[in-house]
Amino acid sequence: MSKRRRETGAKTSNRTARGALQSHWQQHLKIASDSFKRLLQQPSASLMTIAVIGIALLLPSTLFVSMSNLNALSDSINGASKVTLYLHEEHTEGEALKISEQLLQREDVTTTEYISPAQAAEQFSVYSGLGDVIDALDENPLPGAIIVTPASIDADATQALATELAQLSIVDSMQLDLQWVERLQRFLQLVQRASTGLMLILALAVLFIVGNTIRLAIEGRRAEIVVVKLVGGTNSYVARPFLYAGAYYGLAGSILACILLAILMWAISGPARALLALYDSDFQLRTLGLSSTVFLLLIGTGLGWLGALISVRQHLSNIEP
Amino acid sequence: MIKFDNVSKRYPGGHQALSQVDFELADGEMAFLTGRSGAGKSTLLKLIMLMETTSQGQIFVNGKNLSRMPKHRIPFYRRRIGVVFQDHQLLFDRNVFENVALPLQIEGYPKHEADRRVRAALDKVGLLKKEKMLPITLSGGEQQRIGIARAVVNRPQILLADEPTGNLDPELAAEIMKLFEQFNQVGVSMLIASHDLSLITRLQHRILTLDTGRLILDAHHTAATAQPVGGK
Repeated sequence: MSKRRRETGAKTSNRTARGALQSHWQQHLKIASDSFKRLLQQPSASLMTIAVIGIALLLPSTLFVSMSNLNALSDSINGASKVTLYLHEEHTEGEALKISEQLLQREDVTTTEYISPAQAAEQFSVYSGLGDVIDALDENPLPGAIIVTPASIDADATQALATELAQLSIVDSMQLDLQWVERLQRFLQLVQRASTGLMLILALAVLFIVGNTIRLAIEGRRAEIVVVKLVGGTNSYVARPFLYAGAYYGLAGSILACILLAILMWAISGPARALLALYDSDFQLRTLGLSSTVFLLLIGTGLGWLGALISVRQHLSNIEP
Repeated sequence: MIKFDNVSKRYPGGHQALSQVDFELADGEMAFLTGRSGAGKSTLLKLIMLMETTSQGQIFVNGKNLSRMPKHRIPFYRRRIGVVFQDHQLLFDRNVFENVALPLQIEGYPKHEADRRVRAALDKVGLLKKEKMLPITLSGGEQQRIGIARAVVNRPQILLADEPTGNLDPELAAEIMKLFEQFNQVGVSMLIASHDLSLITRLQHRILTLDTGRLILDAHHTAATAQPVGGK
């Protein structure tokens, strides 16, 4: 029998590390572009998957934008909170005006307004429609008041200011109406918690959607996988195109979500502006923003990749030649 | 190169495909494996490829015990063995060139070197001018030659073939066999399963004959020097 030595063995192992690294990237690039082309080859199936992922990602992103708008809105409302200082009955109008002016010098106070007992009675009868009741009394029971607008929008700072002002000798009692702001904030916290839960559930949904799509893709390419494994393809080599496909699905889905969200924001921006104008607010509607958009794209891509990985782990090792 | 040591294979369900097979194929040797269909030819090749595992006995390839090979090493082991299948096992969504390039792609060869090797392999099997065509548009003989080019493109030490001439007319079959002999002449060890006795007896190589899973004949060159295995 022929026992001639092969002279090719040495050459095979003679590839340099640099060449190997270069070809590693070449290989990745090729697989990346191949799996992209494969998505384009089945546009309708790919689009269905991308649409479902897009909608699944749209919901949490809409919630996120709504939350960030409501938070900003609640901050600006908080800024509108005022401290009302009710004065002792025996004060004179001159004293009150002087105090009012002194308060205006403070850095943490934006505006002050003095309301005399007579003005208070007038306002009461105008706004309450109970003017007759006041007239029926011998004496005007309403005290004078100074209304202070704090400079800070922070609830704690406002509270501290109000407490300090209540110590003034001229002040009988102080009223700070923060309760409803606090209620709003608690409500927002509740919504935030609920939407975080919803986000997790929808992230899970994206994993399942991508996982199932990749499972079908693996089934469709069973024969090819067998051939690749027969000629020495490792599990990770076989898995790679599917992982790329998953990441593409996730990326395309999150881009779709961004587009849909932009359309949605555009659609509601008109009515929202009209509504805010009624409240004399110069509040600007917030959009997703650059960093959040990038975050959404990364999360979408990551979820797609992870979904594919789970699917590949489950199904690929079962396919053996 | 390949050594079977008392190898038996029983499939789940009880079918005894191979019983106590013993033989050794030297480095650079070419041998045929024959027998009626169902005699165990394919099973024997599958055992070497680790597509199946032995129920009993041991197989050594290049000195390595296959039953001790960890699962993650199997792909790397397979890269050293070229296989030609009766049903070609080509990828029909890729052209001739890409089919042949597959093993090199898997091994991560740099593109220019891979291209060179693919062209050399295609040249060898006479398909260089058809590299851009899809396998489905080619004849059975040409498809088989794509399979052969793919099997030899990464210069394996061992080439296995399972009924490589099964669906071909005698002329084409002889041509394919001639191609195999050429590979053998540059030092590749070969084991070719074929039931085409008239063809393989003409070729003057070692012939291993299987019958219902037993190796009944290990004949060198011609029937005249045939010796029954273990027959005393």
